Amino acid sequence: MHLKSPDDLERLRTRILEDRKAQEGKKGIVLCTGTGCRGAGALEVYEAFQKELGGKSAIEFTSTCCHGFCERGPITIIEPQGIFYQRVTPETVPQIIAETVKKGQVIDDLLYQDPATEQAIPAEQDIPFYKKQNRLVFGNNRLIDPTRIEDYLAVGGYQALAKALFDLSPEEIIAEVKRAGLRGRGGGGFPTGRKWESCRRAPGDVRYVICNCDEGDPGAYMDRSLMEGNPHSVLEGMIIGAYAIGSHEGYVYVRHEYPLAVENVGIAIEQAHKMGLLGKNILGSGFDFTIKISKGGGAFVAGESTALMASIEGYVAEPRAKHIHTVESGLWDKPTNLNNVETWANVPLIIERGAEWYGAIGTEGSKGTKIFSLVGKINNTGLIEVPMGMTLREIVYDIGGGIPDGKRFKAVQTGGPSGGCIPEDMLDLPVDFDALTGAGSMMGSGGMIVMDESTCMVDVAKYFMHFLKDESCGKCTSCRDGTLRMYEVLDAITKGEGKEGDIELLEEIGWATTEASLCALGGTAANPVLSTIRYFRDEYEAHIKDKRCPAGVCPALITYTIDPEACIACGKCRKECPTEAITGKKKVPHEIDQAKCIKCGTCREVCPVDAVKVE
Amino acid sequence: MTSAQLEKILTRHDHQSANVLAILQDIQASENYLPRKTLEEVSKRLQVPLTQIYHLATFYRTFSLTPRGRHLVTVCTGTACHVKGAASILNTLEREFEVAPGETTDDKEYTLETVNCLGSCALAPLVVIDNHYHGRMLGSRVLSLLRGEKDASEKS
Repeated sequence: MHLKSPDDLERLRTRILEDRKAQEGKKGIVLCTGTGCRGAGALEVYEAFQKELGGKSAIEFTSTCCHGFCERGPITIIEPQGIFYQRVTPETVPQIIAETVKKGQVIDDLLYQDPATEQAIPAEQDIPFYKKQNRLVFGNNRLIDPTRIEDYLAVGGYQALAKALFDLSPEEIIAEVKRAGLRGRGGGGFPTGRKWESCRRAPGDVRYVICNCDEGDPGAYMDRSLMEGNPHSVLEGMIIGAYAIGSHEGYVYVRHEYPLAVENVGIAIEQAHKMGLLGKNILGSGFDFTIKISKGGGAFVAGESTALMASIEGYVAEPRAKHIHTVESGLWDKPTNLNNVETWANVPLIIERGAEWYGAIGTEGSKGTKIFSLVGKINNTGLIEVPMGMTLREIVYDIGGGIPDGKRFKAVQTGGPSGGCIPEDMLDLPVDFDALTGAGSMMGSGGMIVMDESTCMVDVAKYFMHFLKDESCGKCTSCRDGTLRMYEVLDAITKGEGKEGDIELLEEIGWATTEASLCALGGTAANPVLSTIRYFRDEYEAHIKDKRCPAGVCPALITYTIDPEACIACGKCRKECPTEAITGKKKVPHEIDQAKCIKCGTCREVCPVDAVKVE
Repeated sequence: MTSAQLEKILTRHDHQSANVLAILQDIQASENYLPRKTLEEVSKRLQVPLTQIYHLATFYRTFSLTPRGRHLVTVCTGTACHVKGAASILNTLEREFEVAPGETTDDKEYTLETVNCLGSCALAPLVVIDNHYHGRMLGSRVLSLLRGEKDASEKS
């Protein structure tokens, strides 16, 4: 169906909603098949449901993408009661259909159990992980099969676009976005409305808009989950932005490591075209706009705006100096406006509900909500969406459920390789753009990696420097050599070869790398090192002076021993040891020959009684 | 890759030199690496210098200039996987295969690779064997998995 006017759109929406109303109260199954749940076996569960339901079942079976609670995947919701089942396996599918779907009986074993109260919780909204969230942008994922545009229309999709095209002028849209206080979700936090305005004002006839889905920060995957789960919300934001800026051609740049996102956004673009929501004369407004997909090649630096544009042009992704901003001269030297996936997905909300409503959420300088990926040493791994200004403590403990295995919280790393580590005594920090920067870290794209007492902070700094030295494009000497030298110093420290003065040397190289590099990769590369020195200097000193790794991570500084009291002489470690360093017999406690031990940790992994100790 | 196959890819991308990255991605997807002969042909057909193609092929991680092994083993080394022990898994595999990341075993059976994050952090640490995700891994478990898969494929 080709929609020729906003009335056409509303008529279609009414029809979809009436159809759905008739179905209300009907039995249904919603299964998450996003990448997170797929990794946990969701596709096998999908097949089991298909097989069990057969072709012509009266039960509505929907597959969506990410609901956020990835730790508990594959996630299934049984309608109309809204029963939340977690870690569903193909084997449990017949039981779910026979007992819950058909008879309405709850299967206790599949419910989420609150570890604090040991109570099983049947409804999603009562689970502590979801309770404190405000899922404005991400919440619709649960209601949408991303391959069906009708699902997006049913939740009010493209309403904001109609409003923008017919009730607002481009200037009014820009003013609204400015008033809302929306800032870029990709890392920089630049005011979106101001960016649009500069691009609109830049001289020239041709302008481009770009959606940056080159989500490279390790540990951050909210952009992927939005693109996979609700691609139309991103497209709608882009079309509104393009109209406001005066652009007729857009690009979605996606990492090739995200095949499902590429697939789903491709389907969404095709459907939007067919319906007249993309292409020529959108909804009869006279406005034309098309979107192409460009796939990344696996380079972290390609997430930087000028590098990304070079990549679309078919060159290597090397950033350039930004004396002239991309809003004036970007893709093919034309004015170009680039925003991140989450930023675009916020736009329809602002247009639909207004700047006042949007501006009431969040803090003084950071409005709205932010999606974070809460990962690492945390009980409830997943994607969360919270109002800006929530404290780290609420995020880590109330939503995240604290640290597994009764271990102690040590730090949370935010902002990816450009960010920093925030220690325990700053847990009451309200999370927004400015507070995180003030703490020596940054918002970045919203990765939050939680670390506990068994994480070595020097090793973490080395990890990021290893990453950055590999991903530095090599254009600026300060970044290319700075990251490499910092890595070498850190590597030596973790090998017990650290010297007096190394910390000061790291600070000096860090300063030079920050000051002398063109793009944000080099400009922020020292953050992981400088922030860990700032908050965990004692750990650096233990490595350098005492040749000791307090967290028991750095192989050169630790020894593995077997506690003879605890060892049950099962022989597992002896069998698995790659260097045959372990000796022992039946009923004789085992021992490690330190001369042969390569400290791979295999014995500790396989020991059933935790008899292998690290010091 | 035959000339006809390459022609198909070039047509899909309008014979445009700006689409060279997408063209290389398609060749990589079809051949599992970028054969030199094909790259020379791409260079000639699109009038893009071979040096520029080489620059692209060595800059982006997705490309390989040498044939990959029959099985691809990818260790996710994203931050969440790192803090949960990815480095130890990688060490175990490097020892087992006697190769460094990016290399292929002599018998062309396995290629070992790392990836910066697959966004499946709830499954950390994650190892992907031939597109199958294996979550909450340990070095010892990857080895037994590999032995198992080998046995299974030998049987079938």
